[in-house]
Amino acid sequence: MTGRSGAGTVIVGAGHAGVQLADTLRTGGYPDRVVLLDAQDTAPYQRPPLSKEYLAPDGAPEPVPLRGERFYSDHGIELRPGARVRAIDRAARAVLLDDGTAVDYATLVLATGAEPRRPPVPGATLPGVHGPVTLADARALRAALPGARSAVVVGAGFIGLEFAAVARAHGVEVTVLEAAERPMARVLSPTMSDYFAGAHTRMGTELRMGEALASIEEDRGRAVAAVGATGRRYPADLVLMGVGVAPRVALAREAGLRVCDGVAVDTRLRTSDPSILAIGDCATFPAPWQGGEWVRLESVQNATDQARHAAGTLLGVEEPYTEPPWFWSIQGEHRLQIAGVPRAGDEHVILGDPERGRFSVLGFRGGVLGAVESVNRPADHAAARRVFRHGLSLTPERAGEPGFDLKSYAARASVPG
Amino acid sequence: MPRIIYHNGTAEPNVVEAADGTSVMRAAVANDVPGIVGECGGQAMCATCHVYVRAEHLDLLPEMSEDEEEMLECTAAPRDEKRSRLSCQIVPGPGLDPIEVDVPADQI
Repeated sequence: MTGRSGAGTVIVGAGHAGVQLADTLRTGGYPDRVVLLDAQDTAPYQRPPLSKEYLAPDGAPEPVPLRGERFYSDHGIELRPGARVRAIDRAARAVLLDDGTAVDYATLVLATGAEPRRPPVPGATLPGVHGPVTLADARALRAALPGARSAVVVGAGFIGLEFAAVARAHGVEVTVLEAAERPMARVLSPTMSDYFAGAHTRMGTELRMGEALASIEEDRGRAVAAVGATGRRYPADLVLMGVGVAPRVALAREAGLRVCDGVAVDTRLRTSDPSILAIGDCATFPAPWQGGEWVRLESVQNATDQARHAAGTLLGVEEPYTEPPWFWSIQGEHRLQIAGVPRAGDEHVILGDPERGRFSVLGFRGGVLGAVESVNRPADHAAARRVFRHGLSLTPERAGEPGFDLKSYAARASVPG
Repeated sequence: MPRIIYHNGTAEPNVVEAADGTSVMRAAVANDVPGIVGECGGQAMCATCHVYVRAEHLDLLPEMSEDEEEMLECTAAPRDEKRSRLSCQIVPGPGLDPIEVDVPADQI
């Protein structure tokens, strides 16, 4: 690549967001340098499979790359694996790397993602205790699973339960400890939570709800058991910490950027410094689909849609980011898809039959549809995304009518004109 | 190594020699074929790897799962009742080598 000079766009983080941004900038004809810095030494890879099929008994040993090997050089993207950013010098418009060098930018984009939380309990950093996010974690789990007899998963969130299902497929005895009273309580309606509680129990996983982690017990330098707040001891050859992630905001905070949970950005995804943007899991943004409230999302959809939007901002398109969010999780045979963001206090209408394992929970707030959780009902999910995209106003009364079908409703209502 | 031919509406198609067992979606991503996204990594969850399979292959394609069938309602470009498939669900092999697909204008 020749002819690109000067300080262009520097992207910190080559996850789904950072790679998509570099891609969309080039597709959109961005003329200046694009530098993609990543702390990890590996080529950028897909995150979602790492807690699912990558760990499955028949899973392929290599992670799925986000792009082909030649993609970066072919498109004039300066990918630098192993480049760790130590600080942002806003006055000099440069990022400082831990090898002592600096990289100048005209625009800086923070796509730093999030990192697993480690509960501050004794033993949380022992060998045998795993985090769930990076390839290194996943490789360690992949190596440990076939020989493990028992595993404790701390936290009944998406990743913890995806892992629980995969560990059961290896024949490992699995116990899940969760401080809340139901699985995925923060992100799912009680009906859907209960469904998944039953599903995991049937897979042979022991769910211990209302049980917080007190400590990890050690023997000869390795984790051998988790101890709950109730005092009960759960033997474990391996422990997975699935207690959620925290946005990586240290660089932004030290640079004096506004941080509120994630790095605070406006509707164009600009931080409090207009030459710095933030996208993906590390960014908190005003969500128009939630009355402009500050929201931070951890999802591939949000990462890549914000990346495309940020590329637009850098290419001179001035539009607010409005994409309605969606999520998915695969836990054993159970395929969960969510459009919108479920919230506590939603009024619910159920379509389909939870007993038969194919149903959707529609969540309404203030009489307006806010979220659709579907299990093994992709047609409802597809329809829900269409409903949100077209801003249709489905009411709980209408959804509750006998014979109501979300797919035909969305198809009829979203016909142009 | 099965051959996959992707038509993007330009004069020259992209021709890829795919590793055995690789889906039409993964082969496209690994070889930088434009227009196939595959955001969910191949789980039939996102409908961003939509292709129109050329008519001569239709009889030999693997049967569509209910998941794929329903997610095809979610594609950005219009669905073709006969030819639309999610390319993450198609692995070329005997009878499907080479396989030719048309890549839609939009995936997002």
